[in-house]
Amino acid sequence: MIAIDVKNLTKKFDQFVAVDDISFQVEKGGIFAFLGPNGAGKSTVIKMMTTILYPTDGSIFINNYNIHNEKSEVRKSIGVIFQDHTLDDELTAYENLYYHSALYKIPERIRREKIDDMLHYVGLLDRKNDLVRTFSGGMKRRIEIARGLLHSPTILFLDEPTLGLDVQTRAFLWNYIKKINEEQGITIFFTTHNMEEVENIATKIAIIDKGRILSQGTSKEIKKATKTKTLENAFLTLTGYGIREQSADK
Amino acid sequence: MNSALVVMWHRQIKSYFRNRQRLAVTLVQPSLFLIAFRFGIGGMFEQSGRGNYIQFLIPGIVGMTILMSSTMGGMSLIWDKQFGFLKETLVAPVSRTSLLFGRCLGGATTSFVQGLIVLFLGFSMGFRIINWGLFPLALIVMFTIALLFNLLGTSIASKFDDMHSFPAIMNFMVMPMIFISGALFPTDGFPPVIKFLVKINPFTYCNHLLKYSMGSAALHSILLDIAVIVIIVSILGSLGTYFFNKMET
Repeated sequence: MIAIDVKNLTKKFDQFVAVDDISFQVEKGGIFAFLGPNGAGKSTVIKMMTTILYPTDGSIFINNYNIHNEKSEVRKSIGVIFQDHTLDDELTAYENLYYHSALYKIPERIRREKIDDMLHYVGLLDRKNDLVRTFSGGMKRRIEIARGLLHSPTILFLDEPTLGLDVQTRAFLWNYIKKINEEQGITIFFTTHNMEEVENIATKIAIIDKGRILSQGTSKEIKKATKTKTLENAFLTLTGYGIREQSADK
Repeated sequence: MNSALVVMWHRQIKSYFRNRQRLAVTLVQPSLFLIAFRFGIGGMFEQSGRGNYIQFLIPGIVGMTILMSSTMGGMSLIWDKQFGFLKETLVAPVSRTSLLFGRCLGGATTSFVQGLIVLFLGFSMGFRIINWGLFPLALIVMFTIALLFNLLGTSIASKFDDMHSFPAIMNFMVMPMIFISGALFPTDGFPPVIKFLVKINPFTYCNHLLKYSMGSAALHSILLDIAVIVIIVSILGSLGTYFFNKMET
């Protein structure tokens, strides 16, 4: 079963081609990593798959729903954790999750219990009535994970989820992601430029640079194809040694 | 609470009233205008035989408070763009129209409350409602003005990302609208060119209807005011929906 099916996807911003005719598939229950340097087009692809950015060309099917004309079905079936924090700082952790549960129409009779369960899983139940602005970056990320999974999505998108997190929170996050993948069969799609995370977590990898997929497969397959011993060497062989300009928007 | 409209309305109100500093700041400017105009030109107004200036001024100040607060309601959208919460709502399986109207109704509610506070301040300065039978109309007009200008502010904000330029642009639009509406002083002495601008200023009609509903004599048919307000709310609602549906982040 295919959870994500992307064909000939292109995104242009005026004359700049951010994503250039890429295709890939993610199997249901898989953990797929998009690995690329800064400005490679990773976030642009994730934004298009999560329906908040319109593709210039190509097709995207999420759980067999077309993102062009079945947006609502796509949105119901996915959870998203964006690169930047997307919580309302002026609300408490509970209120952030409560509004999310209302937007996703989780039945009112189970809302409170479900929110408490999710906050318990991420270890923040005792802080549920505190304003989010009093939380550290790692705590905010844990709330976002709880929120992203609250409506029981079948696919979870994470855009550079460990950026700026300490080692403990990173370990917590990936252990939790692996657990929900194994126990609940949730398909995981994440972007990163951290090789270690990719080696440890992903079942399949695509290396992207300048909007194009340069190689895809398992870590072993990519190393074999590039005749390198480590994923980092494979990555450098494919993308080169030039330092990239960071772009927050693309 | 199940509809996105109610969720957004509730969230806008909660965020607003939780921030007491913001609540206080938004009331400072109308209070300053009230004091400055009351003591600045009140005497001249009354000496020229135009009647009691407080009776003229208070509905205008109430309308001005609502107008200023409502257009700045768009600022919350820019904040949500900057600090990420907008993405959370755009990726949710709900209609963008309900997100827009939920936001604007929430903003309209808080602006309406500010208008009421200023009205009560007016009572303490001697303002009196002439015909209480028309007062429900005044409340409806206050809320409709708040909705209209929230739609305007939010529609414009949907096309902006810069939190510094948005307030400057809104001030550039709002201040002339107030000064050439007849809210703070009569417009009958204006030269013909400015009189034409008075006629094409939407706030002129909001202000006229509000003044009428609080006891001032009508200068033209209030049906014209109602028609203009309904048409502008419809246009802004459609335009805002279009912009929200096209919004990317």
